[in-house]
Amino acid sequence: MGIEIRGINKNFGDFVALEDITLSVPTGQLTALLGPSGGGKSTLLRIIAGLESSDSGTIEIEGVDTTNVPAQKRNVGFVFQHYAAFKHMTVEKNIAFGLEIRKRPKDEIKERVQELLKLVHLEQWSHRLPSQLSGGQRQRMALARALAIQPTVLLLDEPFGALDAKVRKELRDWLRRLHDEMHVTTVFVTHDQEEALEVSDSLVIINEGRIEQIGTPDDLYDRPASDFVLSFLGPVTMLGDRMIRPHDIEISPYEQAAIVSGKITRWTRVGFEIRLEVTPDDVLHPNPVHVVLTRTEATALGIHEGDQVWLRPQVGADQVTS
Amino acid sequence: MTTTTTLTAGATRRRRPRSATSLTRSSGLGLGIALTWFSLLVLIPLGLIVIQSADGGWHTFHDTITSPQTASALRLTILQAFYVTVVNVVFGTLIAWVLVRDEFPGKRLLEVIIDIPFALPTIVAGLVLLSLYGPKSPIGLNVANTERSVFLALLFVTLPFVVRTVEPVLIELDPEVEEAAASLGASRFTILRRILLPALAPAITAGAALAFARGISEYGSLVLLSGNLPNHTEVASVRILTYIENGDKAGAASIAVILLAVALAAILLLQLLTRAVAKRG
Repeated sequence: MGIEIRGINKNFGDFVALEDITLSVPTGQLTALLGPSGGGKSTLLRIIAGLESSDSGTIEIEGVDTTNVPAQKRNVGFVFQHYAAFKHMTVEKNIAFGLEIRKRPKDEIKERVQELLKLVHLEQWSHRLPSQLSGGQRQRMALARALAIQPTVLLLDEPFGALDAKVRKELRDWLRRLHDEMHVTTVFVTHDQEEALEVSDSLVIINEGRIEQIGTPDDLYDRPASDFVLSFLGPVTMLGDRMIRPHDIEISPYEQAAIVSGKITRWTRVGFEIRLEVTPDDVLHPNPVHVVLTRTEATALGIHEGDQVWLRPQVGADQVTS
Repeated sequence: MTTTTTLTAGATRRRRPRSATSLTRSSGLGLGIALTWFSLLVLIPLGLIVIQSADGGWHTFHDTITSPQTASALRLTILQAFYVTVVNVVFGTLIAWVLVRDEFPGKRLLEVIIDIPFALPTIVAGLVLLSLYGPKSPIGLNVANTERSVFLALLFVTLPFVVRTVEPVLIELDPEVEEAAASLGASRFTILRRILLPALAPAITAGAALAFARGISEYGSLVLLSGNLPNHTEVASVRILTYIENGDKAGAASIAVILLAVALAAILLLQLLTRAVAKRG
């Protein structure tokens, strides 16, 4: 149940947007499609919504084959990156649109719109036009509009992509809380790995039209199936012949059993974080290794730029041998 | 809570105080030039016409517009301009839609051809129409000396107005808005009626107002084909010329004032209509 996607292929001319995608999204979960821009995740979302048609393959939503059902009849809520607000309608009218199409009684529409306005904290703004709202408010309105029709699935296409960092963080938390209350099957597309890791129940990594890995955020972060997944979910660096996260490297100013030894050639402080580049002594691996540690750790170790240090993976660090 | 902070921030956003005379030096200069230019080209000539029409007193004005021949010319002009405007609203919007949304071979050529009625001297348009729909019509369609000739000529010269005003607005429309409506269950027709038309209404009305104004003032393109038969195919602008040729400037100005009033009324009416459509969405 939920959404069953089987063998979806999609080409735009010579460009392969999606290649044999098979995926099942469980009911009531919040699933993130994560991947670099142009990787095909938005196309997949649009195919689920019926806004785009696939070349082959089937889509089932809650047990009903919707492959050839038009977007109008799929009962899918869709939220766009750039809000897609009905500019000439008030917030209230925007939210009521789907219900009016369904010819619900006026009283019921009114009641439901009030409920939704409350849910998205826009009660005082109900008579405003979308142009009089901030980006975050507009996106909340778009979400209420999509939820109004009590969709079987809610699809969000980079919903916070056009917002500034602070509002984005707020809306992300809010979406998570909202989902915990509503339990509507939700799929959302993002290229921001932090957003995906923080919000979603399960993650689908899509790259170049193919699924790289599916799993919970922890699974993927701790046990990446490929270099791509490892490097996409957070910063990575090469320690010897292994890929590792910069904060998983143990650094010491004293000689110890180490994979790499070298001099600190770069020292950047960003808030509490210190980012180092260590240039290895080994001429066979001359690329600098990135190391991240906190300011307190650096002070405790007594290291400075230009010092000789020894590097090795911390105990329990995840790494991929290439 | 996080969301309440954004709300209060929005509510307490201060509006910049703006006095009635907030003009800076440069914008004051700009406004001055604009007003002078506007006055020289538009306001003073218009004012003169109104004054001139009153030259012979209310009596002349009244006599002129109640003369059967003039009244008939005014009726014909306004009625045909109205019909043409209605047709333009429908087909102009349709053509704009096809030009913006559809891809087909020869699209760029069509884009250029649309503007020909703008570019062609109207008397040349009149000649073309005469040879095509006149007594020697190669397609066997002779509308010369009928009211239909006026309609046809006006249709030809006003074609680009609605197309050209609607096109840029249509290009700017976000297709995602239509997709959002579709995913909410709206049919093609509902999307057209509730999403597209309200968004296009201001552009359509602007084009319609221009087309109508052009229609009631047209002279060159219809003068050859219509034959200017008094009480039948004579339009207001031809009537004005007749008055001037007879040395009755006050009479000519009277008709001009009527046309001016009609044009203003039409623009006003269309504005109201736009608001009604926008609200209904």
